[in-house]
Amino acid sequence: MDLEGQGRIKQVVEQAGTADVIAVLGANSPTAVEMFALTLKSGDPSYAGPLAGVALGIPSFHILEPEIAAQIAPEVYQRELALPAMAMDVDEVIGPLKTLREEHP
Amino acid sequence: MAFPAVTAVANVLAHAPGLVCYGSKPVRDLRRDPALLDAVRARLRPYEEAVGYGPNQVYIGNLDPEALRALPRPWFRMPDRRAPSDGPFGDLISEPELLGLMRLCDRAGLMQLDAATLATARERLLRRGLVAAAEMDTPAPVRAEAIESMIRSGEGLPLRLEDRVVGSLARGHEEDEALTAHVLLENLAAKATGVLALRRLLTQVAGRLDPGDIPFVLAGSEEAVGDRYQRGGGNLAKAMAEDAGIGGAAGFDVKAFCASTLYAVFDAAALVHAGVFPRVLVVAGGSLAKLGMKYRAHLAKEMPILEDVLAGLAVLIERADGREPVVRLDTLGLHAVSSGSSQQALVEALVMGPLGKAGYRLTEVDRYATEMHNPEITEPAGSGDVPQGNYRLIAALGALKGEIPRDGVAEFIAAHGMPGYAPTQGHIASAVCYLAHALRAMRSGKMKRALFMAKGSLFLGRMTALSDGVSFLLEA
Amino acid sequence: MKLAGKRVLAIGERDGVNGAAIEACVRSAGAEVLYVETQCFV
Repeated sequence: MDLEGQGRIKQVVEQAGTADVIAVLGANSPTAVEMFALTLKSGDPSYAGPLAGVALGIPSFHILEPEIAAQIAPEVYQRELALPAMAMDVDEVIGPLKTLREEHP
Repeated sequence: MAFPAVTAVANVLAHAPGLVCYGSKPVRDLRRDPALLDAVRARLRPYEEAVGYGPNQVYIGNLDPEALRALPRPWFRMPDRRAPSDGPFGDLISEPELLGLMRLCDRAGLMQLDAATLATARERLLRRGLVAAAEMDTPAPVRAEAIESMIRSGEGLPLRLEDRVVGSLARGHEEDEALTAHVLLENLAAKATGVLALRRLLTQVAGRLDPGDIPFVLAGSEEAVGDRYQRGGGNLAKAMAEDAGIGGAAGFDVKAFCASTLYAVFDAAALVHAGVFPRVLVVAGGSLAKLGMKYRAHLAKEMPILEDVLAGLAVLIERADGREPVVRLDTLGLHAVSSGSSQQALVEALVMGPLGKAGYRLTEVDRYATEMHNPEITEPAGSGDVPQGNYRLIAALGALKGEIPRDGVAEFIAAHGMPGYAPTQGHIASAVCYLAHALRAMRSGKMKRALFMAKGSLFLGRMTALSDGVSFLLEA
Repeated sequence: MKLAGKRVLAIGERDGVNGAAIEACVRSAGAEVLYVETQCFV
């Protein structure tokens, strides 16, 4: 499992700091969601990328999580999220985030 | 006037386990950790397993895509040992044959190949009716010492069959980043697999057409042929035509990320429809960069490395004769700059666009060919089932528009979708790999119309944040 | 978790919700965007 682009994220975060920084994901598979969330919180679990062993501690959310989607302006939601929300099994995709939050509060 | 027809399609594969270490992901990882090579080599499949692999048999036409639903997963666990290495659409050639073809296509004299490999390639390709004896006798075999010397000097990349070094590929220039041995290997592999597809298609139409009857070739693949002053110069089409014996043809390349080949088919149809040419041949070679892309996941799951074949494809577009299925140029799906980057805008442009213009409901299209990437490759890597994801988007749009009931999504997908079978993601997976199957089904009266849709991730090139796509209906 | 005032890394997926869409969404909720990317099936 891979997150290419770890290097650029690491650079952005090195410059901007991590205060109030969150990741918002759009992946359509639960395994991808879990991999991104783990990498950004605790470091690259495959130990292959620039974030291997680097724990940025950044929390991840999915754009389709109900509490996130509810904050989006309605016309933007309609244009950008209505279709993906219907196409994906949202509960299945966001599942790993719930587990991760319980394990690493 | 009737729209131009698809009259022949060749789908070919080339087994390339020795080249997996030169795929983009493997090569970068191996640079950091050379010890990985043993682990990679341990998971490369022998030729017979690649031949017997269900999705590969689908690709060359011995099975329909729908047949994969009945084959128990994982498909790699039970290759069909009796499956032939050729099918109605084309061949799955062995690696020695691929190397021999690459040597045949090597006009700059960059490649060395030993006598044994050339002999094997010659014998097998002759048996397939894809080469003439004389042309296979032209490249001079090179002795092991000369090959070793080229590799030791640092100027050449080793070419291996299993654990033996059988040849090398040299860089084209001391300083030119666009002519490194690695770039040239990518380009030569694309050229050779495109030539393979062209040669196979020409045998398919040999009864009524000579190579001399082809005036124009359009290539849409994923390589970049050029030099330090123009890294993506292109026109691999003409180079492919030359080594496929299509001497009367001119041509050029179409470049649009993964949508390249489908755009080339539409472009060919437009040229024929405009009366510029009576027929145009479209060709795509394989992407070496994408070999082993998901290898990490395959190793972790103790699976064979499934991205070990290069795909090629060729399509003949001709003036309609009333019998063959036609490309509906009046109802294209196009995604304009201002269409916006939302998922809905893209799916609407590619699906509702053509259907709306043609006056069809979603359920009136027999099959949708989207990105038909083999899920057995992507699921272990956490990327899910790509064709299924695309079908869910189409069905969801149908539900949003009221054409499909919300609880009818699964049924719609089962009736109008298909399992994926293309060996790598990219241009070949993007709809065109289904043209051969659709042509067969339409000729036998089993299918009336299919929608072919391809997406291009333009944002990957960092010149725009836009996505892209193109689609058209093929209709009997 | 309130998006307003947060600084967002928008990591999209071509066949899911893409990066530009995430950016538009979180901006509409008052967040700042530090980084946008769209993966092509990882």
